[in-house]
Amino acid sequence: MIGRLWRLCVGVFLALPLIVVAGVSINQQQSLTFPPRGLSLHWYAQIFTDPGWRTALLNSLWLATAAATLAVAIALPLAWFLWRRVAPWARLVELLGVAPFILPPVITALGFLSFWSITGLYGQLWTAAISHGIFFTTLPLVTLTLGFSAIDRSLAEAAATMGADDRQVFRTIVLPLITPYLISGFAFVFVLSLNEYIVSYMTVGFVMETLPIKIFNALRYGYTPTMASVSVLFVAIAAIIFGLAAWFGNLPRLLGAPEEGKH
Amino acid sequence: MRREPPQRLRDYAPIAWSGTMLGVFFLIPFATMIAVSFFHRDPGAFYTPGFELANYQRFLTAFFAGILGFSLFLAILVAVLAVAIAFPFVWSLVRLPRRAQVGWLIAILSVLSLSEVIIGFAWSTLFSRTAGLTNLLVLIGLLDHPIALTPGFGAVLAAMVYQALPYTVLVLYPALARLDPALTEAARTMGANPVQAFLTVVVPTCRNTIVATLVIVFVFALGSYLLPQILGRPRQWTLSVIITDQAIYQSNMPFAAAMAVFLVVVTLAMVGLAARLGRREGAQ
Repeated sequence: MIGRLWRLCVGVFLALPLIVVAGVSINQQQSLTFPPRGLSLHWYAQIFTDPGWRTALLNSLWLATAAATLAVAIALPLAWFLWRRVAPWARLVELLGVAPFILPPVITALGFLSFWSITGLYGQLWTAAISHGIFFTTLPLVTLTLGFSAIDRSLAEAAATMGADDRQVFRTIVLPLITPYLISGFAFVFVLSLNEYIVSYMTVGFVMETLPIKIFNALRYGYTPTMASVSVLFVAIAAIIFGLAAWFGNLPRLLGAPEEGKH
Repeated sequence: MRREPPQRLRDYAPIAWSGTMLGVFFLIPFATMIAVSFFHRDPGAFYTPGFELANYQRFLTAFFAGILGFSLFLAILVAVLAVAIAFPFVWSLVRLPRRAQVGWLIAILSVLSLSEVIIGFAWSTLFSRTAGLTNLLVLIGLLDHPIALTPGFGAVLAAMVYQALPYTVLVLYPALARLDPALTEAARTMGANPVQAFLTVVVPTCRNTIVATLVIVFVFALGSYLLPQILGRPRQWTLSVIITDQAIYQSNMPFAAAMAVFLVVVTLAMVGLAARLGRREGAQ
């Protein structure tokens, strides 16, 4: 009873700002009023018709895809090595993969800013993709480590006894088993990269606008309803992607709960 | 398949690739930042290489001590509030059927992934005069006319707790999901009501988890770089905001880097302290 009430309060607290933003996003006029006056989906169309917002959307989608691909490409070999080999020193590399996510983001961002400016590459668009890929490596690393720990070693052992080499074991046994974890790791990076502000701002903020950068720049000059509609779009994208992750995978398990019925 | 030590050179290939990427694009940038913190500021360019402690000497002012004190105070307050709200929430969440848990987890993850820009914008709307909460109070007759609740300390605090809450939930979730559900049964059969059982059995059992979570959320809250700027007054700016401001708008990279190094030291010190506390508690 009390538990339900508490959950309700937390739910209201989490939903309240989003409800107001969804409300102002359907205002007829370009004014910040709630409850909305008049009803219009005009500000949603604006995301795709206004060249500035559309470019920012495409930039964000490109960056998120590249970052997620790179993060998975770094995390997968590392997680495989940690599972396959006995090498205590490899934990140091694992620590490097987790560190960017534990440190305050400003620090990682500032590190990238100094690095890219000293190497003379500052402002190149691909530097943002590398920066995001490194920044978010932690996420697929965590999901993949979990995925590897769930693999029954005797399966791979059997294949090895039958003469399969490492590459064949990886392709035929390991990869199919960890694919759900691979996909959810990719999805996590994709969504978080889409929303990330400080690293993209400090690496390519002066030459390229992603959606969060565009929203912040617009926010400094006042209010346009498009930022509300973009925010709603982002919440929707996140909910859909995590919903799919839950549909195809086991979300409680992925977030660290034990197998159902086991304690 | 048994784990074996790597034997041939090609056995090292997977970790060589990942390690190189992380070394070149995380470790070296990190070291670069530390180097820049000793450079000389050049108002024309970004900086000129050199070695001076001037950037660190600027910490030794009352102004800077004030910012540091406020940043730590705010992060501690956010951590305490977020854990106080999240702990009972997660405890009730893990005892729901898995299907219901999944719905909540999707919602929590969606809020967690929200850009700090969007959270700042959403709370500034919620606290605005024209579209905000106070219109609701006017509607039910508690206020004469709507007022703006931002900028101010309350707005910064509310938004930062909002930002930290989903993160806190996900840190607590695995620990509480593994707790034996029978934990409170003994207390219940002895006649304790659910609240008593929760406070006298669950909370003390999870003392280590709570301390560790407080530290993790504290570090997370230290990293909030936009909310104090969007929702607060300049005197509510935290270290992370000042670092961003110095690096981007004042073009003073060396000073920003020095502050960042300082922030790393503070962060690591807090984490180390908590780890020690946790160990001592575990030893008893």
